Amino acid sequence: MSLLLKNVTKKFDDHIAVNNLTLEMPERELFGFLGGNGAGKTTTFRMILGLLDQTDGQIEWNGEKIDYHKSHLIGYLPEERGLYPKLKVKEQLVYLGKLRGMTGQSALIELKKWLDRFQVSHYLDKKVEELSKGNQQKIQFISSVMHKPKLLILDEPFSGLDPINVEMLKEAVIDVKNSGTSIVFSSHQMDHVEELCENLCILKEGNAVVKGNLSEIKRSFGKKNLIIHAQESLDFLQQMEGVVKFKQVIGGCELQIMSEEVSQIIFNELQGKGFIRKFELEEPTLNDIFIEKVGEHYE
Amino acid sequence: MNKFWIVLGHTYFSRLKSKAFIISTLVVFLFIFGIANIQSIIQLFTGDDELEQVIVIDESGELFAPLETSISQLDEEVELIAYEESEEVGKSAVQNEEYDGLLILELDENNLPIATYYENNAAESSLQYTIEQQLQQVKIAIATEQAGVDEATLASIYEEMPFEKIALDEATKTDEELNQARGIVYIMLFVLYMAVIIYGQMIAMDVATEKSSRVMEILISSASPVTHMFAKIIGIALLGLTQMVLFFIVGASLISTKMDTTSGEIFEFFGFTSTSISIYFYALLFFILGYFLYATIAAMLGSLVSRVEDVQQLIMPMVFLIMIAFFIAMFGLTVPDAKFITITSFIPFFSPMIMFLRVGMLEVPIWEVIVSVGLLVGTIILLAILGARIYRGGVLMYGPSRSLKDFKKALMLTKKEK
Repeated sequence: MSLLLKNVTKKFDDHIAVNNLTLEMPERELFGFLGGNGAGKTTTFRMILGLLDQTDGQIEWNGEKIDYHKSHLIGYLPEERGLYPKLKVKEQLVYLGKLRGMTGQSALIELKKWLDRFQVSHYLDKKVEELSKGNQQKIQFISSVMHKPKLLILDEPFSGLDPINVEMLKEAVIDVKNSGTSIVFSSHQMDHVEELCENLCILKEGNAVVKGNLSEIKRSFGKKNLIIHAQESLDFLQQMEGVVKFKQVIGGCELQIMSEEVSQIIFNELQGKGFIRKFELEEPTLNDIFIEKVGEHYE
Repeated sequence: MNKFWIVLGHTYFSRLKSKAFIISTLVVFLFIFGIANIQSIIQLFTGDDELEQVIVIDESGELFAPLETSISQLDEEVELIAYEESEEVGKSAVQNEEYDGLLILELDENNLPIATYYENNAAESSLQYTIEQQLQQVKIAIATEQAGVDEATLASIYEEMPFEKIALDEATKTDEELNQARGIVYIMLFVLYMAVIIYGQMIAMDVATEKSSRVMEILISSASPVTHMFAKIIGIALLGLTQMVLFFIVGASLISTKMDTTSGEIFEFFGFTSTSISIYFYALLFFILGYFLYATIAAMLGSLVSRVEDVQQLIMPMVFLIMIAFFIAMFGLTVPDAKFITITSFIPFFSPMIMFLRVGMLEVPIWEVIVSVGLLVGTIILLAILGARIYRGGVLMYGPSRSLKDFKKALMLTKKEK
């Protein structure tokens, strides 16, 4: 019982947007989609929603194809935010709620609850174009969750928000998940995915370069981060075998090393080389993995 | 089906409540009110008190009296004044707008009148026409008198000859009927032309607005693009009908109150009062079909643009098509039985106007109407299928879209490649 993509491929003319993608997204979980611009995230989402037909492969949700008969079970926050600029928040959300199978009455109750939660109740009768971008995004988020979907697809939900709003929205996403909704979301920001997701997938030019459980991905990545703060110069570590990256920071350096064992060699090497204030072995961050796999830096 | 009604309701009511709709409706109300009161308005500008005065220098000394009698019998608002001053003084008086014109009357060697008429404008005026006509009468009277013809003979010469035309085909319309039909057909054609352009544009704009504001992606993830497109087309159609019905009610009630006044004559001229009911049926039929044909095209085109500004540019070809149809129809008003008109009445893009023109003006065999309507309905269905596919792809397509190449691109988006 989950969302399943089997050998899904999408071609536009000669361009392959998504290549033979196989994924299983467990139920009642947050599934993270990572990838640069044009990696195929939005195309994948559109195929899941049935807006685009895949060239090849199957997409199943609980064993069935998603179509318009199920649209009341699905919530979608597109990457390109869009609302009717001339409509009032209330009219807008009631209309969108109705399209998702709600009655006008229940839509009104639900949207008021959400507006309260985001502390924007006073915008109920305002036109959308009068709202700030961040507030428009909240309205858009409400439109994707107000009908209590079973499957929620969030395309870049946190982009363009200030840190306070990001936190507010993150909490809301977690609450929605805890209420029993399976959520798929994409992001450029590694820390959000790291914080929220158990399972994830990194796309590069339509191919899944990394997929699976976050902690397993980290473990199997092998490389670790080592942070050393010392009084003496640590430049000599750059030449050491097993050190992949070396970065000078104030008070010491940060290393990426091939494996845990390298840290022991370095530890021994540092004996008698002056005062060591900090010696810390860390799991690789998702950012490290992403850079390694995708070869570019996104933040 | 439920979602269809939601989208339809939304399209209908959000437009109905909009300022643009209310204002445009009121403007047309004013226009209708103006037409209904056209007589009073014309009177307001011409005014009763404005007597046209023409000074006359009668060198013959015998022409002034008969001309004055003749004119006063005809038009009380023209006054002839015998002028005592010289020709030059008279001219400058006309130039200073003291009088409306200067007429100099003489007799030639045959004792027949010759006239020279001075007025400020070169353009022919009704005043000049009146004087010329009446002077002609005077001349005929003098000439016949000289020839020794008596009044009774003269009257019998000028009596109208009885001439009656009887059409052998009993179904054809009489001349009088044809004139009346022309009036109503003209008005209906004009209404159809305006409605298709206005409501077509409204649909294209609506789609483009939803697309450019990017709300489209949410909409089509909730309801299928095809549902969405047809709900939109029919929603706007209902809006159009609402507007038309409002105009009709206001128009009809105004006309009925004005029927006995002089304005009534104008409506009678346009055949509002005496045309058979079938023409209204055909008007409605071709109106609906014409609307659906062009509305489908408009929705399709609207789905291709990313910015509202590009709508005008992309629907241009469609507007031209409507204009061509309208001009052909205008031409057809004078020669409804031309071969050219017959042929174009079967071409789907023109037939809503031209077949209507033909059924309104001529007696068209019923099979011709059925063929034309059949072709039209077929085209609408084809366009709807094509339109739905283009719409589905088009609404997801962004970027500079101004060319017809985008049709292909939009179709590709919805195609499954195996």
